[in-house]
Amino acid sequence: MEAGDRTVLQFSTQSTANLSAKVHPLVVFNICDCYVRRPDQAERVIGTLLGSVLSDGTVDIRNSYAVPHTESAEQVALDIEYHHNMLVSHQKVNPKEVIVGWYSTGLGVTGGSALIHDFYSREVPNPVHLTVDTGFRNGEGTIKAYVSVNLALGDRQLAAQFQEIPIDLRMVEAERLGFDILKTTSVDKLPSDLEGMEVTMQRLLALIDDIYKYVDDVVEGRVTADNSIGRFISDTVAALPKLSPPAFDKLVNDSLQDQLLLLYLSSITRTQLGLAEKLNAAAQIL
Amino acid sequence: MAASSTARSFLQVAATEEVVSPLRVVQIEGLVILKIIKHCKELSPALVTGQLLGLDVGSVLEVTNCFPFPIREEDEEIEADGANYQLEMMRCLREVNVDNNTVGWYQSTILGSYQTVELIETFMNYQENIRRCVCIIYDPSRSNQGVLALKALKLSDSFMELYRANSFTGEKLREKNLSWVDIFEEIPIKVSNSALISAFMTELESDTPVTQCDYDRLQLSSNPYMERNMEFLIECMDDLSMEQQKFQFYYRSLSRQQAQQQTWLQKRRAENMARKAAGEEPLPEEDPTNPIFKPIPEPSRLESFLITNQIANYCNQINGVAGQSFNRLYLMKSLHDN
Repeated sequence: MEAGDRTVLQFSTQSTANLSAKVHPLVVFNICDCYVRRPDQAERVIGTLLGSVLSDGTVDIRNSYAVPHTESAEQVALDIEYHHNMLVSHQKVNPKEVIVGWYSTGLGVTGGSALIHDFYSREVPNPVHLTVDTGFRNGEGTIKAYVSVNLALGDRQLAAQFQEIPIDLRMVEAERLGFDILKTTSVDKLPSDLEGMEVTMQRLLALIDDIYKYVDDVVEGRVTADNSIGRFISDTVAALPKLSPPAFDKLVNDSLQDQLLLLYLSSITRTQLGLAEKLNAAAQIL
Repeated sequence: MAASSTARSFLQVAATEEVVSPLRVVQIEGLVILKIIKHCKELSPALVTGQLLGLDVGSVLEVTNCFPFPIREEDEEIEADGANYQLEMMRCLREVNVDNNTVGWYQSTILGSYQTVELIETFMNYQENIRRCVCIIYDPSRSNQGVLALKALKLSDSFMELYRANSFTGEKLREKNLSWVDIFEEIPIKVSNSALISAFMTELESDTPVTQCDYDRLQLSSNPYMERNMEFLIECMDDLSMEQQKFQFYYRSLSRQQAQQQTWLQKRRAENMARKAAGEEPLPEEDPTNPIFKPIPEPSRLESFLITNQIANYCNQINGVAGQSFNRLYLMKSLHDN
């Protein structure tokens, strides 16, 4: 796949210029789980990626499942029937998820991958190949995505090359909430409302402290002032609505009173329930 | 509410004195939580269900994987399809070494309105085949408020016995000392992740520090949510008052019937006196064919229990959200002062 010719090798880049992939963390979880559960003789896990292609060309990878395969030095065999069965089952639940590519664990791209990529490109026009390095060979876990790019010499197709595309790891709000519990190996109990509130407020406080320190540093000349940051800060401070103190107090007090009213109502309801239950249960049939 | 919650834990302990160690904790993998969140969120506002797979180990129920169920359009022809889908999924998952053991199911709910008779029936169905099963309830509408609303529920054993006997009369309930808090038991959830995943997540987190903060929790407008909660609460109160009226009607008719029985008995006795005086056979004091002796069936209390549970749930939610709102309001106040 190297250029050994004097003529210029053309990369057809028009499709990959703005191509990027968004990966949901569920996919990473799935892949790791399958890797941990792989049969003993397999070195890596191969599977299908499901998702959709957004209107601006980015590939949104939302789900995945593993496909059993056998691999030896020369050839790779994929269980195609299993792959189709799982696809049908998944589409029964969510018909909008289609195949967008495939994944394999391990760093880099091997020779066998080209064959598998070929197979997947028969199912989908431009499949994305995701590699997840579960071996942490670079000292960190790398996730890379590739698409196949055709190398053409003049008019002739020479070969296809795996070209890397940028990845965006994206998390939905609900998942962001649980992110802390997803990070550690075990959590003893799910955080309740108030505890979560506390954590969020602490984070906000930390951010404000950072900004404070930065402003101090700039004022004392320790750090050169960056105008764009300064503008951001002034925008943020200006975002606080300008209300006169009595008007603001009235607003806050009104909301407070509303909440108190609701609390009172719910306590009354609960008392009523307790009372009703005692009356019902204690009623004697003479 | 503190008194009744301690009472509940006593009952929990007392009711689960069986040979098998009682279920103390449900251990879920992060993968399962993500899958449940994704499935419920994608198809909300429709309510969705799915199956939980895992292992039952001692006093811990481990949930290691799950798969969603497709939404059923009409029940008649899709029955067989549904069963086929399940078998197919289980078979495929078995091939990739996933635990093939069903340990329960999950479902999504809106604002916590999940206590229905169908839930109980599903529980009973599952319980016949599996020794220990659990139901996980996820509330996507509450997650928009910034709370991970995940709960693991199980039917309490005493309630299950009563349900099998299908008798919810006042007598039986007083015998067992069962009240509406005892229908469902909530089991604490523990989350576990494999080391590989936690390594990856810690790795990936450093890439996006600031943007990953969960500022949705700090949103000031919780009014629409509270309004919907109150609406549901009011509807439930209406239902509850209907149930109460049914009871009152029952009691009134019962007492009326008893009064009728008394008068009839008096008349009979008077007749018998007259007959004895005349030397004839006394008539029997009971007459089973007389309609006033027919026992009136006591209405089942199951519905009212469920409704009461529902209302309690809404009240708890309101309390939680109100507490959060207080925090937010005070935060705003201090921000403004500075």
